[in-house]
Amino acid sequence: MKPEGKKRIWAEYQKEIPDDHFFYVRSCIRQTFFAGSEQYFLKILRDDLGKDVFEDPRHTTCTGIGYHGDVVPFETIQAVVARHFALATEAGYRHIAISCVTSFGIYSEILETWKHFPETLERTREDLYKATGRTFEVPETISHTSDIIYKFRDQIARKAKYNLVDINTGKPLKVVEHIGCHYSKMFPKYGVGGAEFPHVLVGMVEAWGGDIIDYPERRHCCGFGFRQYLVQANRGYSLFASRKKFESMEPYRPDMIIANCPGCTMFMDRWQYTIREIDGITYGADGQGIPVLTYEEVAGLILGYNPWELGLQYHNVQSLPLLRRMGIKADPSERFLAKDGSRLPEPANLING
Amino acid sequence: MAISELMEDLYSRLLQDIRFEEGLKACMNCGICTGICPAAEYYNYDPRRVVDLVQTRNNDVIRELLKSETIWYCGQCMSCKTRCPRGNTPGMVIMALRKLSQELGYFTASEKGRQQFAIKRTVGDNVLKHGYCVVSYDVDPEAHPEQGPAWEHYYNHMDDSLARLGGELNGREGPTRLIPDDVLDELKSIFKVTGGQDLYDAIEEASEKKAEEMGMEFKKEGRDFEYFRHVVSADSGCHQNEPEDIRKDVYETGR
Repeated sequence: MKPEGKKRIWAEYQKEIPDDHFFYVRSCIRQTFFAGSEQYFLKILRDDLGKDVFEDPRHTTCTGIGYHGDVVPFETIQAVVARHFALATEAGYRHIAISCVTSFGIYSEILETWKHFPETLERTREDLYKATGRTFEVPETISHTSDIIYKFRDQIARKAKYNLVDINTGKPLKVVEHIGCHYSKMFPKYGVGGAEFPHVLVGMVEAWGGDIIDYPERRHCCGFGFRQYLVQANRGYSLFASRKKFESMEPYRPDMIIANCPGCTMFMDRWQYTIREIDGITYGADGQGIPVLTYEEVAGLILGYNPWELGLQYHNVQSLPLLRRMGIKADPSERFLAKDGSRLPEPANLING
Repeated sequence: MAISELMEDLYSRLLQDIRFEEGLKACMNCGICTGICPAAEYYNYDPRRVVDLVQTRNNDVIRELLKSETIWYCGQCMSCKTRCPRGNTPGMVIMALRKLSQELGYFTASEKGRQQFAIKRTVGDNVLKHGYCVVSYDVDPEAHPEQGPAWEHYYNHMDDSLARLGGELNGREGPTRLIPDDVLDELKSIFKVTGGQDLYDAIEEASEKKAEEMGMEFKKEGRDFEYFRHVVSADSGCHQNEPEDIRKDVYETGR
């Protein structure tokens, strides 16, 4: 096949990711459960890669969990997102960097709706102006923050202090990647590789020396299910879906899971703890759990940042065996420190120590 | 039944929701959505059947759906959107059904529907009070044992933990910073203009009425009262597939 033809066939799976000048929007779940990932995304982009990332303190939730929990109407979330676009417009930015897969799905849905139903864009403009006096330009691009790390994965690899390689065997670490349903199942063209060949995490893992595990339930939902986790009586749904994934990946003995979405990261970590407490079952090698890391945490480890400043200690499944395999020396007694540097009492019952 | 209700064309109401228009073109009932649906695996749920019923355009049938447990089983993963050969999205049809069910007050007729009150009083109230859907100080380890020891430690030493990670609870910048009042006012104004506040009010009003009907304590604010505790935890056990089927699937295919 001629290269031009091949390029055309794969065109719909490509995504334009800007090189610089991002307007950054935060995530409710990421800042709550993985604050270190938020900080290190910004640090890696600004300090390691020299990029311009702008944050406006007036930026709020997108209301996405409320929207998919069905208490926030579509018209409302469109206007809230339009307000974020207004802040970006006022600051002179046209590229939005979104740090949550739920938000990313919503931004994608809104942009597609405005494209196919132009009257909804006009109504949103009117709603936002009436409510806040603000106006906005539709951004040129939206990127999930993982898209941006993906774009610069080779630059990160060139600066790597560690790789996704077992220093004892010299073999690549075996990595499960979890994309998160709303990254590209709904609007495939917004994701790297679309819905059929999502490549955003695969690209990172391979650039940093690891091997990807392909397993039967690779694309199954983590089980968040919005109302299915938010309401106590429904949480069995969420646990059941994660469990199905663990059962499916277990035979491949993964060294770690890397996740695209802060919610998925949290659930796959929390449900491993719950399953061990209820049934005494763990899914990693030698009776251990499988550490679930955000892609920012993995990028931070590759670049040599302190695992405890990245926040790895705030996962129920601890990463100590993984760090040892990668050759990262980290003192476990320094995981839980107070502001003044004194040691806090260690939590009991973590997985993997 | 009120005359206005008899006159109501529910299918037309659904068509007013752009997600319904986009989510349902012409379903051929192939069932791929059900095949891939995580909710169908766990609950006694069949999205193919939901779409089938909606397509009847029959007012009585749609009203029954709006009052049913069925429309509350979907987890909105939207896997159905990727796989439907006709480009439909049953998950979006569900979103339109749920919105209409709440607008008409029908959601309180089902156990799963009544849970919307809990979501409004948690996530919904968080949005307008704090500017976030989720706030760390609201994820109490006692109410969330599944969050485990790592979260409990983080929660009990939040200032220290956040400082280590470069954040400050209710600070001026960084993770978990405070959203100022003037910004919250903008959010509230957006909710008023776009119908968000109306939906909150509809959920509150119907829930208060239902609490009275069930003879349960109800408060205008907060979560520490009988009706809230009831809707969060009530489980009549009639929602799931047979436990044997679930066990068979997990244990025999996975392990």
